[in-house]
Amino acid sequence: MDQHKGLEGPMLPILHALQATFGHLPEAAMRLVAEMLNLTRAEVHGVVSFYHDFRAVPAGRHMLKICRAEACQSMGGEAAARALLDRLGLEWGGTTPDGRLTIEATYCLGLCATAPAAMLDGRVAGRLDPAGLDALEQEAQP
Amino acid sequence: MTPRLYIPRDAAAIAVGAEAVTKAIEAETNARGLGIEIVRTGSRGLFWLEPMVEVETRDGRIGYGPVTPGDVPGLLDSGFLDGAAHPLRVGRPEDLPFLSRQTRLTFARCGIVDPLSLDDYRAHGGYRGLQRALSLGPAGTIEEVARSGLRGRGGAGFPTGVKWRTVAEAPAAQKYIVCNADEGDSGTFADRMLMEGDPFAVIEGITIAGLAVGASKGFIYIRSEYPDAIAAFAKAARAAYENDCLGPRIAGSAFGFDLELRVGAGAYVCGEETALLESLEGKRGQVRAKPPLPAHKGLFGQPTVINNLVSLATVPGILADGAETYAALGFGRSRGSMPIQLAGNVKHGGLFEAAFGLTLGEIIDDIGGGTATGRPVRAVQAGGPLGAYFPPALFDTPYDYEAFAARDGLIGHGGLVVFDDQVDMARQARFALEFCAIESCGKCTPCRLGSTRGVEVIDRIIAGKDASANLALIEDLCHTMKFGSLCALGGFTPYPVMSAINNFPEDFGRKAAAAA
Repeated sequence: MDQHKGLEGPMLPILHALQATFGHLPEAAMRLVAEMLNLTRAEVHGVVSFYHDFRAVPAGRHMLKICRAEACQSMGGEAAARALLDRLGLEWGGTTPDGRLTIEATYCLGLCATAPAAMLDGRVAGRLDPAGLDALEQEAQP
Repeated sequence: MTPRLYIPRDAAAIAVGAEAVTKAIEAETNARGLGIEIVRTGSRGLFWLEPMVEVETRDGRIGYGPVTPGDVPGLLDSGFLDGAAHPLRVGRPEDLPFLSRQTRLTFARCGIVDPLSLDDYRAHGGYRGLQRALSLGPAGTIEEVARSGLRGRGGAGFPTGVKWRTVAEAPAAQKYIVCNADEGDSGTFADRMLMEGDPFAVIEGITIAGLAVGASKGFIYIRSEYPDAIAAFAKAARAAYENDCLGPRIAGSAFGFDLELRVGAGAYVCGEETALLESLEGKRGQVRAKPPLPAHKGLFGQPTVINNLVSLATVPGILADGAETYAALGFGRSRGSMPIQLAGNVKHGGLFEAAFGLTLGEIIDDIGGGTATGRPVRAVQAGGPLGAYFPPALFDTPYDYEAFAARDGLIGHGGLVVFDDQVDMARQARFALEFCAIESCGKCTPCRLGSTRGVEVIDRIIAGKDASANLALIEDLCHTMKFGSLCALGGFTPYPVMSAINNFPEDFGRKAAAAA
């Protein structure tokens, strides 16, 4: 946090760094940020809750973000994603009971000419037919 | 001579196996005792051929693609290191119609140079623009950009020179340049390709903007969904600092400029310029009411140039080759070239930079080759999730800001998403409103509430409940959103909704008829 404190507008860099270290942003972390930046806890909570990336509760050990935007829709991405979610018994944003994997929706990875696309733990994948998406999910082990 | 291979490190190439192919080539040539050199480049933007491997030969670079790791032994057997024949050989990429028909200005180096080599950048014309800007001085530089006719490539199409002049004339001790790389529109990837394939052009453009308006500090705001672009750009910025292309004495001049990279946090609305400024300041990404314009009171209340990444990356070329060269291209009030991004269900998807004025049909049918699935094209969404759906009946529309506006559409950031005849346009209209509801910043009522109420109304139409009354209701709601919203998110969501209803009435009426 000290590393980012001197930046102009340090809030997002600090929140990103905290989440990268701890996996989520619990109440205690928000309290700490509020104190350091001389803001109210409500202000920090307002920022954390505004952005889709920030999460107040931990995610699974692996994170699969599947694109649900138009270019991926046009190539059958929705059906492939639905089949995977159903197979795992999950809804969007859900985590497998063993904590192995969280699946989140994302709206565009900029891979729109190699759709459908997804990203597993920051690693991009494209042209994901249902079999390809299943294979990607299987890479999230253990 | 050691054979030299070029393999993209563009995220879309990686997404379809470029890393695995690179490893396979390294392993297989190693096993055969062949010395090779691999240069990682950006992508040429011919994504149906990715991963495309190029080999340097006496006749130029010869491309092979799409290559899988399993193809590598066969490619080596047939002598591809010398450019020999093989079923995957596509010849010189620049001879392919998809590339030969383009006018590459902003993307001239993308896919060709090593994006992390300043020497390579300079050898391909890099930093000639900044040199010219230094000799022209701030006023002359702004004049040059204004005369080129360059308009903002983010979507709004505002003249870049006018924006710069406003900031230059605003008195302030501290001014800022902000590069908007929050490229959230589905169907677009031009910003991403440049950050990964020619990042120094972006850095040079931002630097020229700083010089022109008297700003000593710049920010680039890159969306978090682009981890590869973030990594590539961070490396390039470090190299720029180490070589006096950023920092206190740029190119040995008295001009100093600092650039800081910031990462977004997954909010589409932060692509809107004032929301982006709020986000940079560390706040919720909520849209500001205008006026004041960012040019007067922008980042931290100071005069700020906020430009789209493509606009900024286009500036060095305009300075280097002159405003007239750029302005000579184009159509009507849309001057220069536009990086069109062909995406979705399209056979030849990729980056097609061309002068304004091609018709939509030429782009989709001739250049894109129709759909990837081989079925008939039914709809094309132009300009991202806030853009209109065009049916083939409107394919005579010239690709130009004004011509698209005249047909109740927009070119936006240049994305075109193609759908085949299996698309359900009522579903697409519903998605447009749902997306608006998910991404609304919540500041203004038409967007925050209108989007959610809109989803409910469309659901009633889809269910066949009182369709004609509900269609009238959605039209009224869209009118309120269009004229009552603070920014383009709420204001433009009516484009996809109303274009779907007006251009594809059968997807709304047929269901109503079935229910009646």
